[in-house]
Amino acid sequence: MSAALDARLGRAWKKPPLIKRNWLRWSLIIGALIYFIAALASMEVNWSRVYEGLDRGWQFIIAFTSPDFGSRAADIREGLIESAIMTIAATVVGIAISIPIALGAARNIAPLPIYLICRTIVALSRALNEIIVAILLVAIFGFGPLAGFLTLSFASIGFLAKLLAEDIEDLDRSQAEAVKATGASWLQWINYGVQPQVMPRLVGLSMYRLDINFRESAVLGLVGAGGIGATLNTAFDRYEFDTAAAIILVIIVVVMVLEYLSGLIRKRMQ
Amino acid sequence: MPQILTGDGTKIWMLRDRKAQFLRWGGWLVGALVFLSCWRVISDATEWFFVYDAGRIAADIGGRAIPPRWSYMDKLWEPLWDTINIATLGTFFALITAVPVAFLAARNTTPNAWLIRPVALFIIVATRSINSLIWALLLVAIIGPGVFAGMIAIAIRSIGFCAKLLYEAIEEIDTKQVEAITATGASRWQVMAYGIVPQIMPAFAGIAVFRWDINIRESTILGLVGAGGIGLQLKGSLDTLAWPQVTLILIVIFATVILSEWVSAKVRGAII
Repeated sequence: MSAALDARLGRAWKKPPLIKRNWLRWSLIIGALIYFIAALASMEVNWSRVYEGLDRGWQFIIAFTSPDFGSRAADIREGLIESAIMTIAATVVGIAISIPIALGAARNIAPLPIYLICRTIVALSRALNEIIVAILLVAIFGFGPLAGFLTLSFASIGFLAKLLAEDIEDLDRSQAEAVKATGASWLQWINYGVQPQVMPRLVGLSMYRLDINFRESAVLGLVGAGGIGATLNTAFDRYEFDTAAAIILVIIVVVMVLEYLSGLIRKRMQ
Repeated sequence: MPQILTGDGTKIWMLRDRKAQFLRWGGWLVGALVFLSCWRVISDATEWFFVYDAGRIAADIGGRAIPPRWSYMDKLWEPLWDTINIATLGTFFALITAVPVAFLAARNTTPNAWLIRPVALFIIVATRSINSLIWALLLVAIIGPGVFAGMIAIAIRSIGFCAKLLYEAIEEIDTKQVEAITATGASRWQVMAYGIVPQIMPAFAGIAVFRWDINIRESTILGLVGAGGIGLQLKGSLDTLAWPQVTLILIVIFATVILSEWVSAKVRGAII
């Protein structure tokens, strides 16, 4: 011990590195540097175009100080209502479908074949980006809120079912067994042994998903699936930056309010 | 509220009393009415003829989309590289910006709780609420189409996310370590570097990888609004109804996403 101490005496202390193995640290640093240079080199930036654009960017920032809610108020309202409707309907349908899938995707409830099928559905729904699903559904069902509604429902299923299934897998076995011991049927067992344990989590997740769905509904309009995104897209296309700023502010406010409310409800449920 | 009711002289166990039962029933009724009215609006705005026809259309598209045109892969490597760059560089620049914002927003490190903290929180909320696709749309209009706009869009969108998780980690640090460093007479910056940063470093690395994974997903579609990456090819193929190419691009995107998720899970597993 004293030898180690002697060796250290008189030398300045150095912070221990985050990655302990020397070779790994250095190869990571050098690899990152090489990648960084290669990535930056392959990125073509038209600086004169960027410079020209700065003026327009500045106009846009100015537009935020005087957003124009008035001249397109009817369009904004319509888009917002459509977004809200899509959000609510999609969340309700998403919850309704995700509950049986979550039951199927929980290993302690479902037999293996059903488990695998349900997990595949969950993985598929999570891996496909909402926008890509929306494009395909718009191609199939035509323009309008129906495609947006179906997209959001589909995306909600993966999210809710996965998290709910994890909660079901974590449940307290003894409570469920006690219900089973009374001679309850399978449905009664789910209803009285499982459901009360996962209910707070389900409500919390649903509120959270409502919040996410609204955010997503704001972009679905860009690919023709209805909602406030369509209004925003039109405003951009016509270079009406003050209206676009107003729409963005409306989205921010709605998202903030929703996030606050969902946080409040989730806190009360726990 | 389990209770025992007597009806016809027999005792029956019920989960709720009458009032709670009516309240719940009313709640479900209101919920059902809201959902049905929402559904009516959607239904009114829908051309049902297209929907009845959807099965045939889907089968038609599916028939055209298979098999994927594998030879098109040659043209996808470069956009794929661009996509990964958008996500990685975007995450990098977002982290550089998010660190100071997080320190300004955390209750225990903010220099001024009344003036600076709300500003930092506003930055977090504003950048987080707007989807990266909208940021990309905006930036394409401002600085022109291309990879650069996509990278900036990803960076801006990620600032709020990273800063929020990071400031929550900063607020949860162990104050004893900070006090110990302060007791040695360290300056404000030294306290940060030796008392706070080592404590949040694992959280920071985890957040970075987590966000990178999300950004890979998001950068695959930025091309739809002209912000570079593989989304440009996707849009081009969709616009020209080249369904076999669309299938191939979707497969490539799917593989990239799965791969990035695997990498991020591995790295996070190694850190934690």
